[in-house]
Amino acid sequence: MTQKVLLNSKEVNIILHRLACQLIEKHLDFKDTILVGIQPRGTFLAERLKEMLENEYQTPEIQLGYLDITFFRDDFRRTDKPLEANKTKINFIVENKKVIFIDDVLFTGRSIRAALTAIQSFGRPSEIELLVLIDRRFSRNLPIQPDYRGRQVDAINGEKVKVNWKENDDEDGVYLITN
Amino acid sequence: MKELSVNHLLGIKYINKNDIDLIFETADHFKEVINRPIKKVPSLRDITIANIFFENSTRTKLSFELAQKRLSADVISFSAAQSSVKKGETLIDTVNNILSMKVDMVVMRHSNPGAAYFLSKNVKASIVNAGDGAHEHPTQALLDSYSIREKLGDVGGKKVVIVGDILHSRVALSNIYALQMQGAEVKVCGPKTLIPRHIESLGVTVEPNLRKALEWCDVANMLRVQNERMDVNFFPSTREYAQQYGLDKTLLDSLNKEIVIMHPGPINRGVEITSDVADSQQSVILNQVENGVAIRMAVIYLLASKIQ
Repeated sequence: MTQKVLLNSKEVNIILHRLACQLIEKHLDFKDTILVGIQPRGTFLAERLKEMLENEYQTPEIQLGYLDITFFRDDFRRTDKPLEANKTKINFIVENKKVIFIDDVLFTGRSIRAALTAIQSFGRPSEIELLVLIDRRFSRNLPIQPDYRGRQVDAINGEKVKVNWKENDDEDGVYLITN
Repeated sequence: MKELSVNHLLGIKYINKNDIDLIFETADHFKEVINRPIKKVPSLRDITIANIFFENSTRTKLSFELAQKRLSADVISFSAAQSSVKKGETLIDTVNNILSMKVDMVVMRHSNPGAAYFLSKNVKASIVNAGDGAHEHPTQALLDSYSIREKLGDVGGKKVVIVGDILHSRVALSNIYALQMQGAEVKVCGPKTLIPRHIESLGVTVEPNLRKALEWCDVANMLRVQNERMDVNFFPSTREYAQQYGLDKTLLDSLNKEIVIMHPGPINRGVEITSDVADSQQSVILNQVENGVAIRMAVIYLLASKIQ
């Protein structure tokens, strides 16, 4: 197994600032905008962006939710491993709000397809956008593209992109893993 | 990644502690789902489930149906009273006929102990026991433990007394297995005629005095007196039963601690429990019903994930 560094912690930090600025450019005061981190690993990025927007860019408090898509996936009974659920925490109605889905890696697009269905349980958003740190282009199974992307990566199917967060993995960094 | 150790839920005695923990964790997620504005997930949209009830049921049948529909399964329901069983069809024939309509899972209630086990050996479908005679009622025991866990934080180390008609109760047996598996201590309490002989061999103790039992316990599970299963008189009169084994507010308030009151329903108000106790703050009877849907969603989801 070989591991190649795609982004180090400094680069991740620069990208996060750019993404935060892009969000402000579009959403200004976030009055009707809600951030939704996709479980399990999109939540770290969502929390980081919320903290950065509020503390470093002085936006008013932003609503943040976590969405688990397990029960909405299209591969139930089609994988060898049982699907394990995570916690959904959305304590608000998304009716007529602008929702921004936040995930670490966009690969086949199937998780986002599931998230688009899952969010409907909480109302009808006026608009949904997608922000990802890593966009694995040329790997899509569905016509889904991000509105905000940190870095585009060309990785073949056997390769894995792993995003580490210091809250969970002791350091920020993105790795390309080849078996 | 975790999965159940069994392909059918026939009784608590066939599963283990890890299975119970997995069912509870999954039920936590489904409890959140059923409290959303839209309470439905599409997981089981390619699964068909038959609910076959050879015995009367309101709560369990509704709860199973609702759980299945919340998971987007296709559901057919069948009550023996309106079926060809009355014309003399055997159990296996009835079920195989239903299965040839491409059904993946069968939820069955039957008056004969072991009916679900028998079915699991003879037909190709995942079987969920929704009560077989006086044997087991696993989903009820799971939702009871889940409700205790929700109210008191943990089942392990808790003292639970099961009061009433233990002899005819499948809820009692499943509860004893489930509670002991999770490390709770169990006593049973009721008139001698309604306590099965040798019940001590299950590791429970018998306490004939209701007040002593209540003073000992953290949780009291008050069972219904199952008049429909009694072919002879097991106690002199309902009034005498209510006086000795009925829980009223005076008795509850005279205890030196707050205990949790449970009842699997349907309640005979004024017999095993009075209305003011059933509707009191200490009662979790309606929580049990809500948790029943979440637990059954978890059981069905986890079993369905093992269907090939």
